[in-house]
Amino acid sequence: MAACARVEGIYDKEHSLRDEREQIDAFKAEFSSLLASHGYSEACVFGIRLAFEEGLVNAFRHGNENDPDKPVRITYSIDSTEVHLQLEDQGAGFDPESVPDPTREENLEIPSGRGIMLMRAYMSEVVFIPPGNKLRMRYCRPDSK
Amino acid sequence: MGSVASRLRVTDEGGVARIEFIDRNILDEANIQQIGEEIGRIIDSQDAPKLLISFKDVEHLSSAALGTLITLTNRIKAKGGALKLADINSQIYEVFVITKLNKLFDIHETADEALSSFE
Repeated sequence: MAACARVEGIYDKEHSLRDEREQIDAFKAEFSSLLASHGYSEACVFGIRLAFEEGLVNAFRHGNENDPDKPVRITYSIDSTEVHLQLEDQGAGFDPESVPDPTREENLEIPSGRGIMLMRAYMSEVVFIPPGNKLRMRYCRPDSK
Repeated sequence: MGSVASRLRVTDEGGVARIEFIDRNILDEANIQQIGEEIGRIIDSQDAPKLLISFKDVEHLSSAALGTLITLTNRIKAKGGALKLADINSQIYEVFVITKLNKLFDIHETADEALSSFE
């Protein structure tokens, strides 16, 4: 079995983020620094950060409906082989299957709907916990096996 | 008068508006909206707009930024103009490939190459 096979749900850090760029950037800087300190390459950090950014924007926009008083709860853990990240908004949830495939020819010119596919492209696992307001992502470091 | 600093550097290159971003990270929705409005004004000011957007120095961008680019290219096409993208680093180019937007946009390796491809 690969080294990256830890049971989900092990989070050792928690943050509550509001939709304020300074707060978000400070968290991302700390998060990126932790990833680098665990040996994650620049390319790994790029993908994880992008997935995080997309998840966070969806949580604020679609989950919390831009309510500045509603935070998004972030829980995560990082070790040298994998990253677990969970984002929980205060919305009613949604069905991720209802989002059309943005890569289909007829959808290419539609400006929205690419966040989830980018998360799925860059992360090893992306799961929306029903009713859909909790996003759980896992990243396995490719050279950790 | 507007006191908000521009997020773009815009130069005229023989009738082509060459646009570069001030920001290295195009992630913040308010900034993306501002960028969209600024480029929108350039489109509005020309009959058949010719725009070159250079991603020189851009390190991160989000799907919201891609969405704005799609909206802008649709507006440019509707006016019979052309939009070309250039100077996209390999990590960001991968985002275009994953989303298949490399098929939608006319992407060139360098700004000079993009400029010379305008008719």
